[in-house]
Formats: sequence, C-alpha cells, structure tokens
Amino acid sequence: MKQLTDLEYLKLSKWKRLLHRLGSFFASIPHGIVNGLISLGRGIKKAAVGLRDDVTDIFATFREGDWSAKASFLVMGTGNIAHGQWLRGLLFLLFEVVFIVYMITGGIYWLSMLPSLGKQGPTLEYDPIYDIDVVTYHDNSFKILLYGVLTIFFIVALIYTWRVNIRQNKLIAQIKRSGKKLKSGKDDLRSLVDDQFHKTLLALPLTGILLFTVLPIFFMILVAFTNYSGTNNGYTNNLFTWVGLDNFNTLLSWKAVGGQSYAATFGEVLAWTLIWAFFATFTNYFLGMMVAMLINKKGIKLKKLWRTVLVMTIAVPQFISLLYVSKMFAKNGLINNFLMSMGWITKALPFWEDPTWARITVILINIWIGIPYLMLITTGILMNIPQDLYESSRIDGANAWQQYFKITLPYMLFVTGPYLLTSFTGNMNNFNVIYLLTGGAPTNTAASSAAGSVGYTDLLITWLFKITTGAEAQYYMASVIGIMVFVVVALISLVVYRCLPSIKNEEDFQ
Amino acid sequence: MIQSQKSETPSMKRHMGMKASSRISNTVSYVVLVLISVIWLIPFVCILLQSFRCESTHQVGYIIPQKWGLDNYRNLFNTNFPRWYTNTLITALFVAVFQTIIVLCMSYTLSRFRFKMRKPLMQFMLILGMFPGMLSMIILYQVLKDLGMTQSNAVPGLILVYIASSGMGYYVSKGFFDTISKSLDEAARIDGATRFQVLLKIILPLSKPIVIYTILTAFMGPWGDFVFARYISFNVSAGMNAAVGLYGWLSQDQISKNYTMFCAGGVLVAVPVTILFMCLQRYYVEGVTGGAVKG
Repeated sequence: MKQLTDLEYLKLSKWKRLLHRLGSFFASIPHGIVNGLISLGRGIKKAAVGLRDDVTDIFATFREGDWSAKASFLVMGTGNIAHGQWLRGLLFLLFEVVFIVYMITGGIYWLSMLPSLGKQGPTLEYDPIYDIDVVTYHDNSFKILLYGVLTIFFIVALIYTWRVNIRQNKLIAQIKRSGKKLKSGKDDLRSLVDDQFHKTLLALPLTGILLFTVLPIFFMILVAFTNYSGTNNGYTNNLFTWVGLDNFNTLLSWKAVGGQSYAATFGEVLAWTLIWAFFATFTNYFLGMMVAMLINKKGIKLKKLWRTVLVMTIAVPQFISLLYVSKMFAKNGLINNFLMSMGWITKALPFWEDPTWARITVILINIWIGIPYLMLITTGILMNIPQDLYESSRIDGANAWQQYFKITLPYMLFVTGPYLLTSFTGNMNNFNVIYLLTGGAPTNTAASSAAGSVGYTDLLITWLFKITTGAEAQYYMASVIGIMVFVVVALISLVVYRCLPSIKNEEDFQ
Repeated sequence: MIQSQKSETPSMKRHMGMKASSRISNTVSYVVLVLISVIWLIPFVCILLQSFRCESTHQVGYIIPQKWGLDNYRNLFNTNFPRWYTNTLITALFVAVFQTIIVLCMSYTLSRFRFKMRKPLMQFMLILGMFPGMLSMIILYQVLKDLGMTQSNAVPGLILVYIASSGMGYYVSKGFFDTISKSLDEAARIDGATRFQVLLKIILPLSKPIVIYTILTAFMGPWGDFVFARYISFNVSAGMNAAVGLYGWLSQDQISKNYTMFCAGGVLVAVPVTILFMCLQRYYVEGVTGGAVKG
C-alpha cells in the first residue's frame, strides 16, 4: 500500500478513502505484528528491569529499616503500628491473618487439587444404620476449579499487599527523616472522602465486577480446556478434568459426526450470525433514519403524536411484544387464520417452518422492534446538522437526494460510526429477539448430532444457551463457542475502529 | 438549473409547481405515517382486545372479541401470576435503587478523577464486555445454588447478579458527567469543599436528567429480563418473574388453554411500565441520544 500524503488523501473520494484506509490497515498487519513483537520484547525487558529494581528496593528497605520494618517482612503492618499508624497496620495484619486462616482451612487443598481437578467423585456407600446405600461426596471438580481460581486471585492480592506494606516502611522512614508528621488513622479516613475519594467510590462497583464478571469469565475460559458437562459436572456425578485443546479440535474438525462435521455447523451458524447482524443493524439504521426524517419534514403536523406512537412501543417489555408477534405469525396464529378465513390462501404460510421464511421474518420483525430506537437516536442528531449547509446547497441547486447523500448521510455516518459498531456487535449477541421469536427453529436436521439441536435461525449466542441446558449440557463446548464469539467481536471491533473516520479525524466536522 | 430560468413566468410556475408537489409529498408522508402508526400499534391493540375475549382461549383469526368480559383477568388470580408479578416488582425496585448508585459512582469517578489505573481499567472493562455475558450464567447458577438463592428463592439471587455486574454500564452517564464543566469542581475545591461534598452539593443537583435516566433503565431491565431469570428459577414456579412465567403459557401444550390469559397478564405487566416510561420519556430520549453520539 502506497503511503499517501495528507493532500493526496483528501483528494480521494469518500469510498476510495475508505478503501485506502482498509487497504492500509491490512497492509500494516505484518508490520504491526513485528512492531507488536518488538514492543512485547521491550515490555518484558521493562518488566524484568522493574522487577529487579523492586527486589533491590525491598532488600534496601530491609537493610536500612529499623526492627519494626524488618519485622513487617514477616508480620505485615508491624512498621505502621510501631509508628502509631494503627489503622493501616491493623488492616495489613488483619489481611494477613485472614489469608493464613483461609489457606489452612481450604486454600491449600483447593490449590493442590487444581492440577487434577479432584481424585474421587461421589460414591454410593452402604449405611448400616439406615440399611441403604447413600451417596457420599468426596472431591468436587466444580468447587476445586472455582476456589482454585479464587485462591490464585487471593495469593496475587497478598503479594501485592505485602509489597505495599514494605513500601509503607520506606515511606515512614523517609517522612521521619524529613521531620514531617505521619498521617494518623483519622487523616486516612478523611482522605477517603477527599483526595482518595475515587477509591471509596470504586470499591463497591469493582468488587461486584470482580466477583460476578471477571471471576466467571476467567472460570469459563478455563472450562473450555476441561470436559465439564451435564454428565461430568463434578457435583453430583463424575468428576471432570483437563483435556487440553481437545474441545477446540472438536469445533474445528471437518470429520462428519452424524450429519455434518462440527466445523461446518459452526461455520453455518457463524455465517448466519454475521448476516443477521449486518441486516439487523443496517435495515434498522436506514429505515429508522428515514422515519425520523419523515417526521421532521417541514409541513408535517402532529410531530409529537407520531413520535409518541413509536416511542410507546419501546416502553412495552420486549418479551411481551416479541412473544405475541411470534405467535401472530405461527402456523395457526392470527395472521394465517385471518388470511385463510378471507380465502386468500389455502395453506398456512410457513413463517417459522421454512428456513428462508423464518430468517426473513426474523429480520422484518426486528425492524419493527428497532425502528423506534433508531428514530429517537437519529432525530436528535438530524436536528444538530447545521441548517445553513442545506440552505447553501439549495442555492447551489442540489435536490433532496443530493442533499441526503452529500450532507445528511455523511454527517450521520460520521457521528454515529461508533454507535453502528456497538450496535453490530450487540446484534450478534441479540439473544432476546431470536430466542423469543423462534427459539432457533426450524431445527437444522443436517447439522452435526454433536452440536445439539441447532436451528436455522440460531445465532452463536442462542446456540450457546441451548447447549448449556438439559441433562446433557455441554458446558465445555459452550465456553469454546463463547471464546469464539469474543474473538470475532474483538476482531471486528479492531478492524472497524482502525477505519472509522470519527476516530481518525476527530476534528473533521468541528 | 435555477440560473437558466431567468424570466418571471416559468419561475412563478415553478413556485406553484413546488407548492403542489409539496402538497402531494406531504399527503404521501401522512399516508406513510398513518400506515407506520397502524403497523406499530396493531400488535398492542390485538393484545388488549384479546385479553377481553371470553368465548375461547386459543388463537383465532379475528381481532374484535365476540363476547367481552374480564374472565381472563379474574382467572389470573387463580394462577401463580400474582407471585410472579410481586417477584418482578421487588426485583425491579431493588435493582433500580442499587444499580443507579453503582452506575453513578462508577461513571462519576471515571469522568472526574484522573488516577493511574483509570485508562487500563476502562480498556479492561471494554474487553470484558466483548465476552458474551451468557457464559457466566452457568457458574453463577451453581454458586447461587450453593448459597440457596435459586429456584423458589430466586429473587435475592437475581437482584444480587443484576446489581453486581451493573458497574460495566457506565458509558452513558459518564458521557453526561463529561459535559459538566470541571471549573465548577475546582471552584468548590478552592472554597474548601471535599470531593465528597462536591459530588453531593454540586454535581448531583445538576445531574437530575441522567439520574432519572439511570433509574428508568435500571427499573425496566429486570422488568423484561428473561434469560437469566429463567435459568435461576429453574422451572420452579414460585421463583419465576413475570416474563418467565408468561413464557410458559405460550408453550406447545399450554397455548390453547392460556393464550388469552397471556394477553391479560401481558397487559397488566406492560401498563405500569408504559405509563412510567411515557411520563419520563424526555429523560430517556436525552440519555439514548447522548449515549449514541458518544459511542
């Protein structure tokens, strides 16, 4: 790809610019990889240097510190307590005590079991008192994996806290030397609502995210490398164990398993997911914009009424409207019944029974769902377009079409570029619309039997959901698919982000 | 084109023509708008009308009931519907309060404070958001089950999960806080206010629109949530929310018996949210538009 100067770049037409940007993006990939490796190497080197500095610093603190600083290496917080910083010192101490108690009561067990994920599952054992066989639980793979991960988090937290504790001693020594007063516990508490206020504010949200988002995702990524499933759940039946990359091999294998191969099924679902996301995003976008322009048009009265009608449909919870509409199009639903009673058709239209019909109907109903949102969003932006642009273009003799393609559309695309990206990825994961409308039906009978009952309208996300329900739930495949969704979303975001004009030339329209 | 028509008459004719054509285009627009309104309202009108239909309970090919009555609404009270409704309401109210607090804490901090971990934190959350949230359901279900917060006790479990991960949705309100001038903060700080006082006395009073928007979306989220509620209640009727319960009525074996009752239940679920939404519509529009532009 030829490097263009700014002037040459500006001379190109819009599409050529986009092409150029795309081209230079792909052309930059090899270079980018090399750069990435170099910067990775630099990063490692920097980290190593940082670690070395850290270690020398720790030793220096130990050498130069008084008895309390030396003691803090073993009993955290001693230094702080010895110098009257009771609050900090006790917190350090408390953390250490909690850690030790946790490790003794369970942590060591979880950690030692992590490589094997348990040795013995539940067994039936004879109970002489009741004269029956009762289930006795031994190791539990699920808990081992979960608490094993938690223990690792905990250990990392301890190392970090220990380092902070050492640094505290250095700080104390510095402050003492300069003759200043140490911060008291009261000062610490006060700073939590003042210059350290962000820590107070973030404590609760971040704890929630750590426990309910980061930990589960971490866990599920690990599950992709095990055989955790409904029949190997480690809870009530067989244990599960590490299987390496087997599951990824299954996903990408071209060997036919009862019908198509898994890879072919995956490819089909992925293709439909992308097609769906494309149509769902752009039909909504353009039609929503058109409706907004229609309502905004000069001379149209009762603007508020039209808008209210559409906005009202947002308020109704989606599950009601989607379920109802889905039943309206069913074989014996309102529409087919009506058409037949009018004698216009003799056989029910296969809205949900035929793959192509189902796919088109889903997209059409999604337009019905999506237009009100897009109308709202675009109305605001349309009003922000400087009116003098239209005035001057009219004087120059532009007609409505030209105005639309030369002013409105570029402006809209520029402003809503990031929104389109998030909306595209959001649609890829649009569980509600697909699941409530079709539940993935009609079932794809040609699909691999190993893939569960995947249907023609199933997206990756609904497929994932399907194989996590039931007694035969294949959690391991679900997490592999989840990782694939992440990879696809991340790739698309990366490519589009690099090519978006709103990111590249932020000042263009200002 | 315009320059070529210099003489008086053609331009006047053109003017008249424009008027006529604008009248035609306006008529066309009105027709389209009426058509759109009809298409968008028909399903809702149908639900409403069918909820009053008494002569049969299955799907039919007409809209206007032959026999009107409140039977379907009365029958709702002989089912688990009141329980589902209370479950949904309790969840929505709790989530509305706590999610708002968490989202505002998060977005205010990320908008106002400049600390070392800010950028990495935001990038990390962006990447985290690319994982399908559905994945975490499996593990959360097991954990909640161990805590005894699933099935008939699903409500506390649901509330916990909704609230805990709500910090990720900070984008819209952060965008709003970004637009409030920082010089206000600085002026108050010079006058000796702590950061906490700045938030309480200066920023919050200015943020009424975004607070209302956050409450509204937080309230409406659980009101219509389906997947997670279904996973956690795990086929136990007492723990279902309205969405999961009503979904069951439309399954293959129940639809012919419960179709009109579904409509009645749907109306009862939709009406309060719709009224609330219409009253606070202005704030919703502001939030949605702002969020889209900032991306």
